[in-house]
Amino acid sequence: MVTGLIGRKVGMTQLFDADGTVHPATVLKAGPCVVAQVKAAGRDGYEAVQLGLVDVKAGKENRPTAGHFKKAGVPPTRVRREVKVKAGGEVPKAGDHVTVAIFADGERVDVIGTSRGKGFQGVVKRHHFSGGRATHGSMFHRAPGSIGASSYPSRVVKGMRMAGHMGHTRVTVRNLKVVRVDRDNNLLLVEGAVPGGPNSVVVIRKAVAAKPIRVVQAEPAKKKGKK
Amino acid sequence: MSAIELVEKSQLTTRPTMKAGDTVRVHVKVREGDKERIQVFEGVVISLRRGGARASFTVRKVSFGQGVERIFPLHSPSIAKVDVVRSAKVRRAKLYFLRGLKGKAARMKEIRTGQ
Repeated sequence: MVTGLIGRKVGMTQLFDADGTVHPATVLKAGPCVVAQVKAAGRDGYEAVQLGLVDVKAGKENRPTAGHFKKAGVPPTRVRREVKVKAGGEVPKAGDHVTVAIFADGERVDVIGTSRGKGFQGVVKRHHFSGGRATHGSMFHRAPGSIGASSYPSRVVKGMRMAGHMGHTRVTVRNLKVVRVDRDNNLLLVEGAVPGGPNSVVVIRKAVAAKPIRVVQAEPAKKKGKK
Repeated sequence: MSAIELVEKSQLTTRPTMKAGDTVRVHVKVREGDKERIQVFEGVVISLRRGGARASFTVRKVSFGQGVERIFPLHSPSIAKVDVVRSAKVRRAKLYFLRGLKGKAARMKEIRTGQ
């Protein structure tokens, strides 16, 4: 059974509960995907499939990738990602179609995407340093401060948090709840935010460490007593 | 139709066409324990924000000399209904200037429609 799907982020909206509570939700255009390659434990050491996202625009391929897709018997796609295959259910073959139907309402999913690039940022924004005082003669505003001692270790330790490029990295958001699955339009609605901007590529997979879905328990009857 | 409109379609409710400057009565469902009742909030619409199911509007009233504003999601199921009581001639989309005015100065010229 294929455990994930490639999609694109469409944007965010909100959903109302019956009592008027508003929940933030992200709309994802998920799939349809084609299986471009099957990785088997015997040959590759692990069970997975390489999926291709069927987009409006067909893929531009060079000859090696054209051959790769020809082998699977599917038209080339621009985006390819690998997702794991869980034992049980049908065994995927190259050329198979995978759609949002693999997800169900109320299920937990992980969404992997590329966060929005923020450029070169200082330590206050990048690492949440508190910075210094703005006024009263303070000459220490947004600088990082000391980055190490002089005599020992007499060097800057590895991993010191400093200014630098921020964002545009792979980010995984775990345990988002699937609110709605629209099979006709290949749409998936998940509660909460997803990394990246609109139209960015995301991988949606079944939650690796799924949190149990909280069931609201009925309030215990109030005790009657004099007070 | 965009994907977001498609998702929001099921959320949309029918609300009367409102404009900034309209005086409206908003019937809000209030839950008290396991009972539900309707509370009416009457005031002037000072702002309308469009955007599908995310649309909202701000209603301002002066209650016992104290200005009160409430922002309602336009399509919220907790709003039973909205009545437009009267409309006024205004030249702005957002009537935030009313916050600084009171009494006679905060009056607006009414548009009488129909009969």
